[in-house]
Amino acid sequence: MSSEHHDEHHVEGAPHSSFSGYMIGFLASIFLTATPFWLVMGGVLDSRNATIITILIFAVVQILVHMVYFLHMNFQSEGGWTMLSLIFTVVLLFITLFGSLWVMYHMNVNMMPSMMGGTS
Amino acid sequence: MGGATATANGKLEFTVPGEYHVPNGTLLGFWIYLMSDCLIFAALFATYGVLSMNFAGGPSGGDLFDLKLVALNTAFLLFSSITYGFAVLQMQANKLRGTQFWLLVTGIFGAAFLAVELYEFYHLIHIGAGPQRSGFLSAFFALVGTHGLHVTFGTIWLVTLLFQLNRHGLSGANRRRVYCLSMFWHFLDVVWIGVFTYVYLMGSLV
Repeated sequence: MSSEHHDEHHVEGAPHSSFSGYMIGFLASIFLTATPFWLVMGGVLDSRNATIITILIFAVVQILVHMVYFLHMNFQSEGGWTMLSLIFTVVLLFITLFGSLWVMYHMNVNMMPSMMGGTS
Repeated sequence: MGGATATANGKLEFTVPGEYHVPNGTLLGFWIYLMSDCLIFAALFATYGVLSMNFAGGPSGGDLFDLKLVALNTAFLLFSSITYGFAVLQMQANKLRGTQFWLLVTGIFGAAFLAVELYEFYHLIHIGAGPQRSGFLSAFFALVGTHGLHVTFGTIWLVTLLFQLNRHGLSGANRRRVYCLSMFWHFLDVVWIGVFTYVYLMGSLV
Protein backbone atom coordinates (compact mmCIF):
# COMPACT_ATOMS: atom_id res chain seq x y z
CA MET A 1 0.00 0.00 0.00
CA SER A 2 1.08 3.53 -0.67
CA SER A 3 -0.01 4.94 2.68
CA GLU A 4 3.57 5.74 3.71
CA HIS A 5 3.74 8.48 1.11
CA HIS A 6 0.81 10.62 2.22
CA ASP A 7 1.89 13.92 3.67
CA GLU A 8 1.92 14.28 7.45
CA HIS A 9 -0.26 16.89 9.15
CA HIS A 10 0.14 18.15 12.68
CA VAL A 11 -1.47 15.02 14.08
CA GLU A 12 -0.34 11.73 12.57
CA GLY A 13 -3.10 10.12 10.54
CA ALA A 14 -5.34 13.19 10.80
CA PRO A 15 -8.01 13.39 8.12
CA HIS A 16 -7.75 15.59 5.03
CA SER A 17 -10.70 17.91 5.61
CA SER A 18 -11.91 20.54 3.19
CA PHE A 19 -14.73 23.07 3.23
CA SER A 20 -16.16 21.79 -0.05
CA GLY A 21 -16.11 18.21 1.23
CA TYR A 22 -18.09 19.15 4.34
CA MET A 23 -20.56 21.22 2.32
CA ILE A 24 -21.18 18.42 -0.20
CA GLY A 25 -21.80 16.03 2.68
CA PHE A 26 -24.05 18.52 4.46
CA LEU A 27 -26.21 19.37 1.44
CA ALA A 28 -26.52 15.69 0.50
CA SER A 29 -27.51 14.90 4.10
CA ILE A 30 -30.23 17.56 4.11
CA PHE A 31 -31.72 16.07 0.97
CA LEU A 32 -31.35 12.49 2.22
CA THR A 33 -32.96 13.39 5.57
CA ALA A 34 -35.77 15.63 4.34
CA THR A 35 -37.02 13.21 1.67
CA PRO A 36 -37.78 10.27 4.01
CA PHE A 37 -39.54 12.62 6.47
CA TRP A 38 -41.56 14.07 3.59
CA LEU A 39 -42.46 10.57 2.33
CA VAL A 40 -43.69 9.43 5.75
CA MET A 41 -45.28 12.64 7.08
CA GLY A 42 -46.98 13.46 3.80
CA GLY A 43 -48.04 9.88 3.09
CA VAL A 44 -46.74 10.34 -0.45
CA LEU A 45 -46.49 6.69 -1.49
CA ASP A 46 -49.62 4.57 -1.31
CA SER A 47 -47.78 1.36 -0.53
CA ARG A 48 -46.43 1.02 3.02
CA ASN A 49 -43.77 -1.47 1.92
CA ALA A 50 -42.58 0.81 -0.87
CA THR A 51 -42.22 3.65 1.66
CA ILE A 52 -40.24 1.44 4.04
CA ILE A 53 -37.88 0.20 1.33
CA THR A 54 -37.36 3.74 0.02
CA ILE A 55 -36.53 5.26 3.42
CA LEU A 56 -34.19 2.35 4.22
CA ILE A 57 -32.31 2.96 0.97
CA PHE A 58 -32.10 6.68 1.80
CA ALA A 59 -30.73 5.78 5.27
CA VAL A 60 -28.03 3.50 3.83
CA VAL A 61 -26.98 6.15 1.29
CA GLN A 62 -26.89 8.84 3.99
CA ILE A 63 -24.75 6.64 6.25
CA LEU A 64 -22.31 6.20 3.33
CA VAL A 65 -22.30 9.98 2.73
CA HIS A 66 -21.52 10.63 6.41
CA MET A 67 -18.79 7.97 6.37
CA VAL A 68 -17.07 9.49 3.35
CA TYR A 69 -17.56 13.26 3.83
CA PHE A 70 -17.67 13.62 7.65
CA LEU A 71 -15.67 10.64 8.93
CA HIS A 72 -13.27 10.74 5.93
CA MET A 73 -13.33 6.98 5.38
CA ASN A 74 -11.16 5.66 2.59
CA PHE A 75 -8.98 2.64 1.87
CA GLN A 76 -5.76 4.56 2.53
CA SER A 77 -6.17 6.05 6.02
CA GLU A 78 -4.15 4.32 8.75
CA GLY A 79 -2.81 1.91 6.14
CA GLY A 80 -6.29 0.53 5.52
CA TRP A 81 -6.91 -0.54 9.11
CA THR A 82 -9.88 1.78 9.69
CA MET A 83 -11.59 0.33 6.63
CA LEU A 84 -10.75 -3.24 7.67
CA SER A 85 -12.16 -2.73 11.18
CA LEU A 86 -15.23 -1.05 9.67
CA ILE A 87 -15.87 -3.98 7.31
CA PHE A 88 -15.45 -6.42 10.22
CA THR A 89 -17.94 -4.39 12.29
CA VAL A 90 -20.45 -4.21 9.44
CA VAL A 91 -20.31 -8.01 9.09
CA LEU A 92 -20.97 -8.45 12.83
CA LEU A 93 -23.72 -5.81 12.61
CA PHE A 94 -25.38 -7.67 9.77
CA ILE A 95 -25.22 -11.02 11.62
CA THR A 96 -26.59 -9.47 14.84
CA LEU A 97 -29.43 -7.55 13.22
CA PHE A 98 -30.65 -9.92 10.54
CA GLY A 99 -29.82 -13.03 12.59
CA SER A 100 -31.95 -11.79 15.48
CA LEU A 101 -34.84 -10.67 13.30
CA TRP A 102 -34.79 -13.88 11.25
CA VAL A 103 -34.59 -16.26 14.22
CA MET A 104 -37.15 -14.41 16.33
CA TYR A 105 -39.58 -14.06 13.44
CA HIS A 106 -39.57 -17.83 12.92
CA MET A 107 -39.81 -18.41 16.66
CA ASN A 108 -42.95 -16.28 16.73
CA VAL A 109 -44.47 -17.97 13.71
CA ASN A 110 -43.74 -21.51 14.87
CA MET A 111 -44.28 -21.23 18.60
CA MET A 112 -47.56 -19.32 18.55
CA PRO A 113 -49.67 -20.65 15.67
CA SER A 114 -52.78 -19.06 17.19
CA MET A 115 -51.30 -15.62 16.50
CA MET A 116 -51.07 -16.24 12.77
CA GLY A 117 -54.76 -15.99 11.99
CA GLY A 118 -55.62 -13.20 14.40
CA THR A 119 -53.10 -10.45 13.82
CA SER A 120 -50.89 -9.44 10.89
CA MET B 1 4.54 15.74 18.57
CA GLY B 2 7.59 17.60 17.23
CA GLY B 3 9.77 14.51 17.48
CA ALA B 4 7.30 12.21 15.81
CA THR B 5 7.46 14.03 12.46
CA ALA B 6 11.12 13.10 12.18
CA THR B 7 10.22 9.44 11.89
CA ALA B 8 9.21 9.57 8.24
CA ASN B 9 12.00 7.06 7.65
CA GLY B 10 11.11 4.09 9.80
CA LYS B 11 14.75 3.18 10.43
CA LEU B 12 15.40 6.39 12.36
CA GLU B 13 12.80 5.64 15.01
CA PHE B 14 15.30 4.80 17.73
CA THR B 15 17.18 8.08 17.33
CA VAL B 16 14.08 10.13 18.15
CA PRO B 17 14.47 11.73 21.57
CA GLY B 18 11.72 11.24 24.11
CA GLU B 19 9.13 8.56 24.49
CA TYR B 20 8.37 6.55 21.37
CA HIS B 21 4.77 6.87 20.28
CA VAL B 22 3.29 4.47 17.76
CA PRO B 23 2.46 6.54 14.65
CA ASN B 24 -1.29 6.91 14.06
CA GLY B 25 -1.95 5.09 17.33
CA THR B 26 -4.57 7.26 19.01
CA LEU B 27 -6.90 7.95 16.12
CA LEU B 28 -6.93 4.30 15.00
CA GLY B 29 -7.47 3.16 18.59
CA PHE B 30 -10.34 5.59 18.99
CA TRP B 31 -11.85 4.39 15.74
CA ILE B 32 -11.73 0.79 16.99
CA TYR B 33 -13.44 1.93 20.21
CA LEU B 34 -16.19 3.47 18.04
CA MET B 35 -16.56 0.19 16.16
CA SER B 36 -17.05 -1.64 19.47
CA ASP B 37 -19.60 1.03 20.43
CA CYS B 38 -21.26 0.31 17.10
CA LEU B 39 -21.78 -3.29 18.23
CA ILE B 40 -23.57 -2.08 21.39
CA PHE B 41 -25.95 -0.19 19.14
CA ALA B 42 -26.27 -3.25 16.86
CA ALA B 43 -27.46 -5.28 19.86
CA LEU B 44 -29.88 -2.51 20.89
CA PHE B 45 -31.22 -2.16 17.33
CA ALA B 46 -31.68 -5.94 17.12
CA THR B 47 -33.52 -5.93 20.47
CA TYR B 48 -35.73 -3.12 19.27
CA GLY B 49 -36.35 -4.92 15.98
CA VAL B 50 -37.45 -8.07 17.79
CA LEU B 51 -39.67 -6.25 20.32
CA SER B 52 -40.99 -3.46 18.10
CA MET B 53 -44.37 -5.15 17.60
CA ASN B 54 -44.87 -6.22 21.24
CA PHE B 55 -47.25 -3.46 22.28
CA ALA B 56 -48.92 -5.47 25.10
CA GLY B 57 -52.18 -3.73 24.25
CA GLY B 58 -50.47 -0.35 24.70
CA PRO B 59 -49.73 2.46 22.29
CA SER B 60 -47.72 1.92 19.09
CA GLY B 61 -45.17 4.23 17.54
CA GLY B 62 -47.84 5.66 15.28
CA ASP B 63 -49.81 6.74 18.36
CA LEU B 64 -46.84 8.21 20.23
CA PHE B 65 -44.24 9.70 17.91
CA ASP B 66 -44.40 13.38 17.06
CA LEU B 67 -42.48 13.43 13.78
CA LYS B 68 -42.21 17.25 13.73
CA LEU B 69 -40.26 17.05 16.98
CA VAL B 70 -38.08 14.26 15.56
CA ALA B 71 -37.44 16.29 12.41
CA LEU B 72 -36.38 19.24 14.59
CA ASN B 73 -34.04 16.99 16.59
CA THR B 74 -32.59 15.49 13.42
CA ALA B 75 -31.94 18.99 12.09
CA PHE B 76 -30.16 19.96 15.35
CA LEU B 77 -27.86 16.95 15.09
CA LEU B 78 -27.21 17.45 11.39
CA PHE B 79 -26.35 21.13 11.91
CA SER B 80 -24.08 20.19 14.81
CA SER B 81 -22.20 17.83 12.47
CA ILE B 82 -21.44 20.56 9.94
CA THR B 83 -20.52 23.09 12.65
CA TYR B 84 -18.08 20.55 14.11
CA GLY B 85 -16.65 20.23 10.60
CA PHE B 86 -16.14 24.02 10.57
CA ALA B 87 -14.35 23.75 13.95
CA VAL B 88 -11.93 21.19 12.49
CA LEU B 89 -11.33 23.42 9.44
CA GLN B 90 -10.61 26.41 11.73
CA MET B 91 -8.20 24.26 13.72
CA GLN B 92 -6.40 23.18 10.55
CA ALA B 93 -6.06 26.89 9.71
CA ASN B 94 -4.52 27.39 13.20
CA LYS B 95 -7.32 29.69 14.35
CA LEU B 96 -7.95 29.11 18.05
CA ARG B 97 -10.89 31.52 18.48
CA GLY B 98 -12.63 30.17 15.38
CA THR B 99 -12.19 26.61 16.61
CA GLN B 100 -13.66 27.51 19.99
CA PHE B 101 -16.54 29.43 18.41
CA TRP B 102 -17.65 26.56 16.18
CA LEU B 103 -17.18 24.04 19.00
CA LEU B 104 -19.43 26.22 21.14
CA VAL B 105 -22.07 26.33 18.39
CA THR B 106 -21.82 22.53 18.11
CA GLY B 107 -22.29 22.22 21.87
CA ILE B 108 -25.37 24.45 21.77
CA PHE B 109 -26.92 22.27 19.05
CA GLY B 110 -26.07 19.18 21.10
CA ALA B 111 -27.70 20.70 24.19
CA ALA B 112 -30.79 21.64 22.14
CA PHE B 113 -31.01 18.06 20.88
CA LEU B 114 -30.84 16.75 24.45
CA ALA B 115 -33.45 19.24 25.66
CA VAL B 116 -35.93 18.12 22.99
CA GLU B 117 -35.21 14.45 23.68
CA LEU B 118 -35.66 14.90 27.44
CA TYR B 119 -38.93 16.73 26.79
CA GLU B 120 -40.06 13.81 24.61
CA PHE B 121 -39.13 11.23 27.25
CA TYR B 122 -40.79 13.27 30.00
CA HIS B 123 -43.92 13.59 27.90
CA LEU B 124 -44.04 9.83 27.14
CA ILE B 125 -43.55 8.85 30.77
CA HIS B 126 -46.09 11.48 31.84
CA ILE B 127 -48.84 9.99 29.63
CA GLY B 128 -48.09 6.49 30.93
CA ALA B 129 -45.97 5.31 27.99
CA GLY B 130 -42.81 4.78 30.04
CA PRO B 131 -40.33 1.92 29.55
CA GLN B 132 -42.37 -0.38 31.80
CA ARG B 133 -45.49 -0.13 29.63
CA SER B 134 -44.56 -2.70 26.93
CA GLY B 135 -41.66 -4.54 25.33
CA PHE B 136 -41.75 -2.04 22.48
CA LEU B 137 -41.35 0.91 24.85
CA SER B 138 -38.61 -0.82 26.90
CA ALA B 139 -36.59 -1.39 23.74
CA PHE B 140 -37.35 2.15 22.52
CA PHE B 141 -36.13 3.79 25.72
CA ALA B 142 -33.05 1.53 25.85
CA LEU B 143 -32.00 2.35 22.29
CA VAL B 144 -32.86 6.04 22.11
CA GLY B 145 -31.75 6.57 25.71
CA THR B 146 -28.34 5.01 25.06
CA HIS B 147 -27.87 7.30 22.07
CA GLY B 148 -28.95 10.26 24.21
CA LEU B 149 -26.44 9.27 26.90
CA HIS B 150 -23.71 9.23 24.26
CA VAL B 151 -24.69 12.74 23.16
CA THR B 152 -24.68 13.82 26.83
CA PHE B 153 -21.14 12.56 27.37
CA GLY B 154 -20.07 14.00 24.01
CA THR B 155 -21.37 17.40 25.14
CA ILE B 156 -19.55 17.13 28.49
CA TRP B 157 -16.38 16.20 26.61
CA LEU B 158 -16.91 19.17 24.29
CA VAL B 159 -17.21 21.63 27.19
CA THR B 160 -14.09 20.12 28.77
CA LEU B 161 -12.28 20.54 25.48
CA LEU B 162 -13.27 24.22 25.33
CA PHE B 163 -11.59 24.79 28.70
CA GLN B 164 -8.53 22.80 27.61
CA LEU B 165 -8.28 24.86 24.42
CA ASN B 166 -8.58 28.05 26.45
CA ARG B 167 -5.75 26.98 28.70
CA HIS B 168 -3.31 25.21 26.36
CA GLY B 169 -4.27 26.53 22.92
CA LEU B 170 -3.95 24.40 19.80
CA SER B 171 -1.31 22.07 21.21
CA GLY B 172 -0.66 18.65 19.73
CA ALA B 173 -2.62 16.91 22.46
CA ASN B 174 -5.58 19.25 22.01
CA ARG B 175 -5.60 18.75 18.24
CA ARG B 176 -5.71 14.99 18.81
CA ARG B 177 -8.65 15.46 21.22
CA VAL B 178 -10.53 17.60 18.70
CA TYR B 179 -10.06 14.89 16.05
CA CYS B 180 -11.22 12.14 18.44
CA LEU B 181 -14.33 14.06 19.51
CA SER B 182 -14.97 14.80 15.84
CA MET B 183 -15.10 11.08 15.08
CA PHE B 184 -17.30 10.50 18.16
CA TRP B 185 -19.70 13.28 17.18
CA HIS B 186 -20.06 12.26 13.53
CA PHE B 187 -20.45 8.63 14.63
CA LEU B 188 -23.39 9.62 16.86
CA ASP B 189 -24.97 11.34 13.88
CA VAL B 190 -24.59 8.11 11.86
CA VAL B 191 -26.31 6.15 14.64
CA TRP B 192 -29.08 8.76 14.69
CA ILE B 193 -29.74 8.12 10.98
CA GLY B 194 -30.53 4.53 11.95
CA VAL B 195 -32.68 5.69 14.87
CA PHE B 196 -34.84 8.19 13.01
CA THR B 197 -35.30 5.87 10.02
CA TYR B 198 -35.83 2.56 11.78
CA VAL B 199 -37.48 3.67 15.03
CA TYR B 200 -39.35 6.89 14.30
CA LEU B 201 -40.23 6.83 10.60
CA MET B 202 -40.87 3.09 10.29
CA GLY B 203 -42.52 3.06 13.73
CA SER B 204 -44.95 5.72 12.58
CA LEU B 205 -46.03 3.52 9.68
CA VAL B 206 -47.31 0.74 11.95
